[in-house]
Amino acid sequence: MATYTLTVNGKQHQVEVAPDTPVLWVLREHLNLVGTKYGCGIAQCGACTIHLDGVAVRSCTLPVSAVGRRAITTIEGLSETGDHPVQQAWLEHDVPQCGYCQAGQIMTAVALLQSNPDPSDEDIESVMNGNICRCGTYLRIRAAIKTAAQRMR
Amino acid sequence: MARINTTLNRRAFLKASALAGGGLMLGFNWAGCAPSEPPVKGMPDTWADINAYLKIGNNGLVTIMSPNPEIGQNVKTSMPMIVAEELDVDWKDVIVEQAPLDTHKFTRQLAGGSQSIRQGWRGLRLAGATARRMLLEAAAQRWQVPVEELTTKAGVIRHEPSGRTLGYGDVAADAAGIPVPEDVALKDPRDFTIIGTTRKNVDGPAIVTGKPLFGLDTQREGMLIAMIEHPPAFGMTIKSLDAEAAKAMPGIHDVFTIDAAPDGFDRQWSDVNAFPHLVVVVGRSTWEVLQAKRALKVEWEVASPLESSADHTAGLARLLREGRVEPARRDGNPEAAFRRAATVIERTYSAPFLAHNTLEPMNFFADVKPDRAELLGPIQTPEFLRRSVASVLGLPEDRISIQMTRMGGGFGRRLYGNFGVEAALISQKVQAPVKLVYTREDDMTQGTYRPAYQVTYRAALDDRGRLIAFHVRGAGVHGGPVFADRFPAGAVEHYLAEDLSLESNVSTGAWRAPRSNFIAGAEQMFLDEVAEAAGKDPIDFRLELFERAMNDPVGEAHDYDAERYAGVLRLVREKSGWDTPRPGVHRGVSAYYCHNSYVAQVVDVVVEANRPRVQKVWCAVDCGIVVNPGAARNQVEGGIVDGIGHAMYSTLSFVDGVPEQKNFDRYRLIRHAEAPKEIETFFVDNGIDPTGLGEPSLPPVIGALANALARATGQRLYDQPFITSLQGFALEGTTG
Repeated sequence: MATYTLTVNGKQHQVEVAPDTPVLWVLREHLNLVGTKYGCGIAQCGACTIHLDGVAVRSCTLPVSAVGRRAITTIEGLSETGDHPVQQAWLEHDVPQCGYCQAGQIMTAVALLQSNPDPSDEDIESVMNGNICRCGTYLRIRAAIKTAAQRMR
Repeated sequence: MARINTTLNRRAFLKASALAGGGLMLGFNWAGCAPSEPPVKGMPDTWADINAYLKIGNNGLVTIMSPNPEIGQNVKTSMPMIVAEELDVDWKDVIVEQAPLDTHKFTRQLAGGSQSIRQGWRGLRLAGATARRMLLEAAAQRWQVPVEELTTKAGVIRHEPSGRTLGYGDVAADAAGIPVPEDVALKDPRDFTIIGTTRKNVDGPAIVTGKPLFGLDTQREGMLIAMIEHPPAFGMTIKSLDAEAAKAMPGIHDVFTIDAAPDGFDRQWSDVNAFPHLVVVVGRSTWEVLQAKRALKVEWEVASPLESSADHTAGLARLLREGRVEPARRDGNPEAAFRRAATVIERTYSAPFLAHNTLEPMNFFADVKPDRAELLGPIQTPEFLRRSVASVLGLPEDRISIQMTRMGGGFGRRLYGNFGVEAALISQKVQAPVKLVYTREDDMTQGTYRPAYQVTYRAALDDRGRLIAFHVRGAGVHGGPVFADRFPAGAVEHYLAEDLSLESNVSTGAWRAPRSNFIAGAEQMFLDEVAEAAGKDPIDFRLELFERAMNDPVGEAHDYDAERYAGVLRLVREKSGWDTPRPGVHRGVSAYYCHNSYVAQVVDVVVEANRPRVQKVWCAVDCGIVVNPGAARNQVEGGIVDGIGHAMYSTLSFVDGVPEQKNFDRYRLIRHAEAPKEIETFFVDNGIDPTGLGEPSLPPVIGALANALARATGQRLYDQPFITSLQGFALEGTTG
């Protein structure tokens, strides 16, 4: 066990956990931020995507000891009132079916638009390819990302 | 307006409080009970319970209970829309709550068979209409006027002769005391203002902001985390457990074994479970329990033969070749017709086992006390789970409460509630609230899989290219795939259907559109080849068969309405411009009927740099009245992506009883770049009561895809997944 100070969604938290504990479980069980989802545990499905200093990473394979001073952003901290343009575009296109993967999809999409404000279909497909949607909402996700890109420009 | 007798659902319309005695009213209701969005009106000071489905606040805000489990099929929005329609209330003044299991108040609280809307339709309408009538009578009493002089619009009651108005909130408390009417009038569908309009997912805002909605998100005071370890192979069981090392690890509370199907267990259809004997690890956090699970020392032993995929393939082929079975249906004299045929076409198709792979793995919360039990989690069949839990715990059913969380996917896996039974047994053993969590590997390697299937079709054509005889002979693990009375039964003079079953120790169950998810594709691929052999356009060929089924049906009965079947084919033909070929676009067509609905599809494939890609899927659907068109299109699109993905890429295979795919590194699911570029859906507008939509778009797309690929590549595909059977083309990202 060791004590770590994490900056999550702009607030500092101290947690006492084993160094190899993935950030996913620290968020979910120690900080009660359950928007970040467990899907595979091996960085294959993207349901656990968070931002580390603005970069999309898979929290299920990121040990808490590797975070250091980098700032963590989760779906809960993406915007104050849930109205980030990507979240709004998701609602506008009524994207979710079961909804379980969507927080991870949104976090990947936000990081994509930060680095590439005007992505082509191919850009979207290539960056989003690491996020599985078992319900098959891929077409709506693509449309929502395009809408959000337009709004954010 | 038709007057409908309310007797059928009468119990649900009595005041909730009158039924509260006897059963358990347990606390603990965050799951789905907070509105997703703050209501426009604000929360009321008081609520009046009108009936089991709804209560009305003194400010006119209406809470509608959604009775059925939500697995992503959107019933949590669509079912309350039906109530709101007949209540005649503004949708923006409605908040929705997930109802717990309550068999006194609700019927068929189950997500399966695409039946929630179809079977809920009348009851939901009556719930709204009955409440509206009670509000009207309360207003009539207050004003001392005949109830016939009153009208409603969007939650406001108006006395036409005097122009006076009252909001529903003003009379809700009085209405709660009005006797339930013997019969009520239902709206003419032409007057619908909510049904038939797109309303967004009521949980949308909570989903995109990461609010706790799913079973895995459950947190309770004093709750422990439990994980299971099941045998590594089908056919194995526990021989011995050395728990000492795991028990000594940090955060671990206990390690033990359970038997989820003990002697005397009252096993139901929903208790499919190959591994009732399990090792259990219980501790304070998921990560610590996972480390201890990895440190377990378990010896396994072989209890029944260890099967490999090669055994299943050979076993099914042997059944097709020499298995004896009574015909499931026989019309005319098929043997003689095949003997005199000018042309006989015979083809065999196969598909592998599939896992459900809901993105939220199996999990359940249980808090078992000596005299009662609370359960909460993702379950498609809460009523059956309660019965199984009662049997295994030795408690009466009325001492067990079950609440449903929103589910991170169902696809049939959560019809089988072994994980709920296990959670209850674990909580009973450790005497604490417990959340049982499966890892992805636990989930994928102990499923109720889609069975492996094979089918052989034979068709006989006469010298003018007419289909005179048809023979389908199918085989599957734990049951064959054939629906004997479906098309083309009734459309062919000489018809034979046979269905065979291969026993196995691999557990199988319903997987989105059971059996149809294989047989539709095979049948539609076969009909494409038969049409080609007959020298006919594949749509014309099918339409001729429907003509026969309409005008001069063969045999005693068949399952489908040939006119509606032909209707979707004609619609997709028109919308897709089927009769105007476009250079470079290779097209395949299919049509199928299942879950009481009709779907026809055209898939457009283009080949770029030796890579076939699905450019567009055109889809015509006849599911009767479409309650929520935007959400309905979402279901159709999802089914198409799901069907294409599994047919192209997915397989679950076995070596000596061990699943070879344990996680998404080896189990391939369709991803963004592989999804079709475009899907366009057209609904038939016919005013018929609604039928299923969660499943019907999946089965036929496999046939349309294969038929398009055949034209694009010159190769007919007989074995799924297609990625392993298509030769000589670049396949990565094939459908993207």
